[in-house]
Amino acid sequence: MRVIVAMSGGVDSSVAAARLIEAGHDVVGVTMKLWGGESDTGCCSVSDVDDARRVAQQLGIVHHVWTFTDDFQQHVVDPYVDAHRVGHTPNPCIECNRHLKFDRMLARARAVGYDAVATGHHARIVSQPDGTRRLARGADAAKDQSYVLYMLGQEQLAHTLLPVGDLTKDEVRAEADRLGLRTASKPDSQDVCFITSSAGRAGFLGRRLDFHPARVVDTQGTEVGRVEAVELVTVGQRRGLGLPGGGDSRYAVAVDVPSRTVTVGPPDLLEVSEVGLRSMVWPAGVVAGPVKAQCSAHGTPREAVVVLDPTDSTRARLVFETPTRRVATGQSVVLYTHDNTQVLAGGIAT
Amino acid sequence: MPSQPVTAYLDHAATTPLRPEARAAMAPWLGERFGNPSGAHGVARAARQAIDEARDTIAGLLGCAPNEVVFTGGGTEADNLAVLGTHAARPGTVLASAVEHHAVLEPVELVGGSTVPVDGRGVVDLSALSAALKAHGDVTLVTVMTANNEVGAVQPVAEMARLAHKHGAAVHTDAVQAAVWLDIGTVSASADLVAVSSHKFGGPQGVGVLVARKGTPLHPRQVGGGQERELRSGTHNVAGIVGMAAALAAKAAAREEEAARVGALRDRLAKGLLSEIPDAVETAAPDGDRSHLLPGTLHLTIPGVESEALLFLLDEAGICASAASACASGAQEASHVLAAMGTPLAATAGALRLTLGWTSTDAEVDRVLDVLPAVVARLRGAR
Repeated sequence: MRVIVAMSGGVDSSVAAARLIEAGHDVVGVTMKLWGGESDTGCCSVSDVDDARRVAQQLGIVHHVWTFTDDFQQHVVDPYVDAHRVGHTPNPCIECNRHLKFDRMLARARAVGYDAVATGHHARIVSQPDGTRRLARGADAAKDQSYVLYMLGQEQLAHTLLPVGDLTKDEVRAEADRLGLRTASKPDSQDVCFITSSAGRAGFLGRRLDFHPARVVDTQGTEVGRVEAVELVTVGQRRGLGLPGGGDSRYAVAVDVPSRTVTVGPPDLLEVSEVGLRSMVWPAGVVAGPVKAQCSAHGTPREAVVVLDPTDSTRARLVFETPTRRVATGQSVVLYTHDNTQVLAGGIAT
Repeated sequence: MPSQPVTAYLDHAATTPLRPEARAAMAPWLGERFGNPSGAHGVARAARQAIDEARDTIAGLLGCAPNEVVFTGGGTEADNLAVLGTHAARPGTVLASAVEHHAVLEPVELVGGSTVPVDGRGVVDLSALSAALKAHGDVTLVTVMTANNEVGAVQPVAEMARLAHKHGAAVHTDAVQAAVWLDIGTVSASADLVAVSSHKFGGPQGVGVLVARKGTPLHPRQVGGGQERELRSGTHNVAGIVGMAAALAAKAAAREEEAARVGALRDRLAKGLLSEIPDAVETAAPDGDRSHLLPGTLHLTIPGVESEALLFLLDEAGICASAASACASGAQEASHVLAAMGTPLAATAGALRLTLGWTSTDAEVDRVLDVLPAVVARLRGAR
């Protein structure tokens, strides 16, 4: 097969490229340039491009840089800022996978005559008896990234390779070490690639939207504190709410940006029995009934039942078997098979 | 898979092969000869003589006095010295054309300068320059390239210099691309500062010249041992300077013949591509009039394709070409030159720069004519 491997400059995609070459594929490495601003790591900094290129040289493959900065701004950065403006909690990595890696990049790879795009994600693609494909969790449970790939539909799954999905992270590093790849001991990337640790989320957002101070009130409406920026408060947050010390723990249980109000309360107020979902994708076909639901990148899967919207397949309701921590609006919720091994569907919490 | 063998090199504006005359002149200085020209002994004197002779050769070919030649570490350094050095010596407003190379635009931005627009053919608007000179009132430097690196448009340096001098401003011209094809001693004669880069005309990389005419206020940007009349400290790159002089001499001797031969190749390439690729536009010559363009440059905008995809497939076919200028990471960035020319944004996505040079052949043109229209058709079909 002719394969474009998306090389971020990290160890996983380096080993992905090496494994594809060993398997006899025609492989070209591509690093996406997505972000022109400051970055600690990710796919964007010159040093990460350098690492990707040097690994490609070592592996003896051609390496290109593809620039998708406009798309990244439009589909990832702007929505990230807009979501905070209204007090939502976006997941930019998922939007990047949805719009960049497995849309723009895959389309270009196909246009230039390649059969598939490969990445270093820890997840697997498995064939079903009926000929369809499903995304399955990676072999390393602690590093599984199927959550951020739930949007891959049948067409994308058919043209995607995940060569390190059947390895543990330790095995990936050992393989990189065996091949003498310069990225063998490079630390895993952390957090959002376009936000630097020095500026942080507040610094990044502060240059792009106006922050508004807000009252912090208890469930009776009595003011108990103040925050400088209501846009930076996330439901479920406990620290940084300007509350006096002592007493029972109180959490942000509601964030209302228009009225500049954060409501705090005991943790049981965060417990909900269901969540509404929008922008649903159904790579394994529309399913109703019992599933395992994962509500954050490293969250514990919960027993739940999918209730379809009879008039709109992009919407659904998820009823939890036992009350669970509320899902912040904007977070992705991924539905797995009842044995928690394969992705069935996913959507965004409303 | 490893890189394909090169079948056509169409990126001479990025760099061109070393001329044999340059290699021959440099060889002794990469072998048995050596020396720091600033020393006080026989070895040093020999090195000093080599760069002095190179200085004489270069001065003659660039139309200046030997003591007006400042050797630098390349074109970018020469441009930086010109802009920042003049501004340091005589603060004021710096005006640059909007299509300057980043080596000029970035230092101009550093000193808070302004840009002057160009027309749809990439040529500076003289009336806009005149208006800007009047509007600012304190312009101390006007910097306009002799010819543009992306689209190849030659600028009216003499007319601009006349305007600038009338307002008491000095004139710098980045002649890095023009020096390959034009007689710099003539076309850039009215500029007070002229930058050239060795590797564009067949010399080695990493060496260049700033011509700084006598009386032009200029402060150094790099200080130390005081070489180059204290304008550019640092031990001379003797082999580079000697090679640059030999390349410039060889280029000058062959210039008219090469310009005619390569210009004809470029015209054949343009004719073939424009007839074979529907809707392709010759960016700086939409009406087909190339009289203002360098003979080696063919810049196309091809609707319905993306430059990076195009370059990818050309590379697979062993054809070396480029889009806009490349940034440090190797990514393609939107061209400020095309933006300044008013090229529609949709068209700039499919920008392609094909630049020919002294080694270009009919076979290379044939190869591009064979491959490029098919590649465009394929990419358009894939949408």
